[in-house]
Amino acid sequence: MKELRLMKGNEAIAEAAIRAGADAYFGYPITPQSEVIEYLMAEKPHERTGMVVLQAESEVAAINMVYGAAACGKRAMTSSSSPGISLKQEGISYIAGAELPCLILNVVRGGPGLGTIQPSQSDYFQATKGGGHGDYRLIVLAPASVQEMYDFVKLSFDLAFKYRNPVMILSDGVIGQMMEKVEIGEQYPRLTNEQIDELYPWATTGKKPGKDRRIITSLELDPGRQEQHNLKLQAKYKKMQEEEVRYEALNCEDAEYLLVAFGSSARICQKAMDLGRAKGLKIGLLRPITLFPFPSKILHELATKVKGMLTVEMNAGQMVEDVRLAVCGKVKVEHYGRFGGMIPSPAEVLHALETKIIGG
Amino acid sequence: MEQNFDLPEIHTPENLVYTKTKVLTDNVMHYCPGCGHGTVHRLIAEVIDEMGIQDQVIGVAPVGCSVLAYNYFDIDMQEAAHGRAPALATGIKRVFPEKFVFTYQGDGDLAAIGTAETIHACNRGENITIIFINNGIYGMTGGQMAPTTLPGMPTSTSPYGRDVKMMGNPLKITELVAMLPGTYFVTRQAVHTPALVRKTKKAIRMAFENQKLNRGVSFVEIVSNCNSGWKLTPVQAIKWLEENMLPFYPLGDLKVNGEMVSK
Ligand SMILES: Cc1ncc(C[n+]2csc(CCOP(=O)(O)OP(=O)(O)O)c2C)c(N)n1
Ligand code: SF4
Repeated sequence: MKELRLMKGNEAIAEAAIRAGADAYFGYPITPQSEVIEYLMAEKPHERTGMVVLQAESEVAAINMVYGAAACGKRAMTSSSSPGISLKQEGISYIAGAELPCLILNVVRGGPGLGTIQPSQSDYFQATKGGGHGDYRLIVLAPASVQEMYDFVKLSFDLAFKYRNPVMILSDGVIGQMMEKVEIGEQYPRLTNEQIDELYPWATTGKKPGKDRRIITSLELDPGRQEQHNLKLQAKYKKMQEEEVRYEALNCEDAEYLLVAFGSSARICQKAMDLGRAKGLKIGLLRPITLFPFPSKILHELATKVKGMLTVEMNAGQMVEDVRLAVCGKVKVEHYGRFGGMIPSPAEVLHALETKIIGG
Repeated sequence: MEQNFDLPEIHTPENLVYTKTKVLTDNVMHYCPGCGHGTVHRLIAEVIDEMGIQDQVIGVAPVGCSVLAYNYFDIDMQEAAHGRAPALATGIKRVFPEKFVFTYQGDGDLAAIGTAETIHACNRGENITIIFINNGIYGMTGGQMAPTTLPGMPTSTSPYGRDVKMMGNPLKITELVAMLPGTYFVTRQAVHTPALVRKTKKAIRMAFENQKLNRGVSFVEIVSNCNSGWKLTPVQAIKWLEENMLPFYPLGDLKVNGEMVSK
């Protein structure tokens, strides 16, 4: 029997973490994602699976606790919302440099600055272009439902360990706060220390007699070797681009006009597409699921088939830059956005498509 | 190897009273001659060796002159961002409560940029060891003012001496962490004389042994020198340390077995 539960997106993340066999969560409260740590604390995962949950003194401390635990080969995660994610950037850069696997959840709220506690997608650039200092990338997954919030936790840990790279779930206040039916998966066991030693020859678990010591660092002062390290990272990001692109294509076969949107904007676009189709407009929807690696190839292909594309984002136009890069001038690409916690309505989206692309 | 020198063989078993500790690697240390960092490294390595815990220790290196500490210890180590070592150590110890975890940090790392991480790891009573090298200056970046720089002390960012009205007072963070309920052992030591080296080693040993008790942070400050940053010869630096640093940072235990030591 399938186990179904009505849950908030943030709660689904927390339950999924326990079920995925996560070893540790470190976080600091911030709206609209505090339910993640609240749910975890209430669930006593220490008793359920032995998972550690700790409220840190800041997001800076939390991400560095993740660093320490991840460097031990453990499945460690943190969650926050935009201002807190900015604080974590130092640690994320170090984690990427030291090639450690971990999960970071950003339930995005509007900015800049303290901004608003309402939903937004204005951290797309920060998430997909690096975020902190240095040349690095995160794998970025954008859930569009509470179910995907749940499902992407295990997927994130799997990808993080496959590539020894931090993975970010880029959600927003809508998905974090809304309640939907979730199919709860099985309980995966946490790895034993013996399994960690066997699986992760890089992890600092205590130097084994007769074996080399293990060092986790992002420092390499020799420019030649630092360049080699950077090249190795770039090769890894290239492999992600070749193997990990995920997207959902709806009604793209016969589409004349394409909406491109991720996360909650994609949910709104789906409705806008239905409204348009009811009027006889052949509208398709391309929903990037991985924002890095970006589904450039499919967009490039669709550019030869459609008459125009509209990206719909709750920001001033961020993903639109990647769409334009992908279609390389082949077709008109416009952006429609609302910000500051304002959420576009399906009718508004359809109107934007009609004026900016179809009539434009 | 062919011996060309007309010297008596001294490496005989009965003469062999001192060797390199096996927990130190063969890498040549980059520290300036006369610097205290190397001495403290050796003491930590000896303690790990003598306790037989080389396979159970995870160390955390800071950002500062000892950023490359992981090159010298033959143990598993992690390199932290500037000031964040106690947060890493928290993460490590929470997932590996049975291992021995220590941080090694300078004064800028521990008492300026990392103050929040230090205070909160201490206040939570993380069951870790913190080794704190107080040389009153930023050694690595070329001798700038540290949170521990003495009043009137010249540095490259206080070239006319630390003016406390303008630049604030030195922070006695060791006294501060001793007040917190999460610290179990807090002491201030030095390594510029053989007798003090022996005392420091005892303190470091206790700081590691305490982790078996699971009673909170063991915090060992070592008042050290930075002859390069202080622009003094090693010998002058030791004299300066005794005459200036020690009156302000008096040596001795501040807290033992969770109890404040009354002075
Ligand atoms: C975020 C950040 N800010 C500044 C620096 C530059 N920096 C490197 S070491 C250091 C000070 C080190 O002084 P201390 O901790 O006292 O150690 P020492 O070198 O004296 O042993 C500074 C400011 C840095 N690496 N990272
Ligand atoms: S600069 Fe100072 S702290 Fe750094 S190695 Fe030299 S003497 Fe030691």
